[in-house]
Amino acid sequence: MSYVISFFEWFGDLGIFFGRMAKSAFGRPFEFREFVRQLDAIGSKSLPLVALAGAATGVVLSLQTRDSLTRFGAKSLLPEVIVFSLIRESGPVITGLVVSGRAGAGIGAELGSMRVTEQIDAMEASAVNPYKYLASTRVLACILMLPLLTLAADFFGIVMGWVATALAEPMSFQLFLHNGFKEVGFNDFLPPTLKTAVFGLIIGAVSCFQGMRTSGGTEGVGRAATSSVVLSSLFLILADVVLVQFLLVFFP
Amino acid sequence: MKNVKSEAPVVVAGLRKSFGKQTVLDGIDLAVEAGETVAVLGRSGTGKSVLLKLLIGLQKPDAGSIRILGQDIAGLGMDALNEIRKKMGFLFQQSALYDSLNVEENVAFPLRRHSNLPDAERKQRVQGLLADVGLEGDLEKMPSAISGGMQKRVALARAIALSPEVVLFDEPTTGLDPITASEIGKLIRQLQKQHHITSVVVTHDMHAARKFSDRMVLLNDGTIRAEGTFADLKRSQDEFVVQYLREAA
Repeated sequence: MSYVISFFEWFGDLGIFFGRMAKSAFGRPFEFREFVRQLDAIGSKSLPLVALAGAATGVVLSLQTRDSLTRFGAKSLLPEVIVFSLIRESGPVITGLVVSGRAGAGIGAELGSMRVTEQIDAMEASAVNPYKYLASTRVLACILMLPLLTLAADFFGIVMGWVATALAEPMSFQLFLHNGFKEVGFNDFLPPTLKTAVFGLIIGAVSCFQGMRTSGGTEGVGRAATSSVVLSSLFLILADVVLVQFLLVFFP
Repeated sequence: MKNVKSEAPVVVAGLRKSFGKQTVLDGIDLAVEAGETVAVLGRSGTGKSVLLKLLIGLQKPDAGSIRILGQDIAGLGMDALNEIRKKMGFLFQQSALYDSLNVEENVAFPLRRHSNLPDAERKQRVQGLLADVGLEGDLEKMPSAISGGMQKRVALARAIALSPEVVLFDEPTTGLDPITASEIGKLIRQLQKQHHITSVVVTHDMHAARKFSDRMVLLNDGTIRAEGTFADLKRSQDEFVVQYLREAA
């Protein structure tokens, strides 16, 4: 019974946290310096990992799909399948999970450490709202950077998808792109890319919440980092189920 | 006739605070006059640090009132509370310097947010504050690269950056070697006189408390067991007070 109560308490606390953060995010003064620092920490520093994950996904898609398509005599559709798969689903989800692992753990650990060493209390004692300075800047940075990182994952995935395809059977990059993008429309590209802003919101909000409610010293910091990754990844996947259905209905 | 107690910068009445079933503070009445330094002593876990966190609104009391600079902070919203906090400083036990900012940025943090000083003037003010606490170099160093005593000095400079009227000190000398502890104690006394600050100092260090406080308050079981100067406390016949002073000596 206590687990059920804790479960609902957690959601209640998350709602209160989110309300405080949203209320503080748009009031003056805007924490521009901290926001830019977070754009760098969450965006620029995640780029190599996201690019690598995107590239690996492109290679795997090429290798796996070639075999299946050959069996059905549809090998010429390979560029199209790679591009569609990457931009509609693989790119956004892979980016979300990589950022959740890297930035989510970082946010959870950093804020958790700040909580247990009383740095967040010191901030409040200095009349600075930590929901604004620490949480809203990180959440907004996640919301803004996720779609941009997704574009990077898509780009590296397509390039490496072509490399893997061309190594098996020579094909120019121009032809690969032409074949890959000939059926791609606005609804295939923009909505799936922009849905990652929701992933960013989930990663940022859950990680900040878990970090700022840390207790129990260094062990608590470890728990905050782990739970930030686990919970944000889980909610990201669940949100993806809903968002995919939503996009299929409104952007068929 | 004016009520003198209500005019004191810090007035606490009937303060109660519990965590679960454990009552930490059970009806505390305390007034700290302008420019006065009160040391709060007591055994570990008697709610001394909780009292300080209640005074600056980091925790909410279960009952009782806390009036800081004439305003009851228990009922204030975040913005109004922050206006009071701008007139207060807090020195944390573990210094609580921001890991991601260097020494200079740590001291400049409250100034950057709550003053309109141009960059050059702010830098000058930070250097002045650090000089006041005996630190003139090391501005670019990160908190992890300086000693505990230096961290305490930086935290002290940050606590007084906005020229507060009330400063709360949580164990300012704990964890420091005797010489550094004595230096920090002298520094606190000097800053109190220089800036005419009203202070509440939580400490275990009876020796330091005698040096920099005007009055002492001894807490036990969530209540004030004794209050007065060291000489007053020494005259007390209360069993706990006698034992505490004997062990502290």
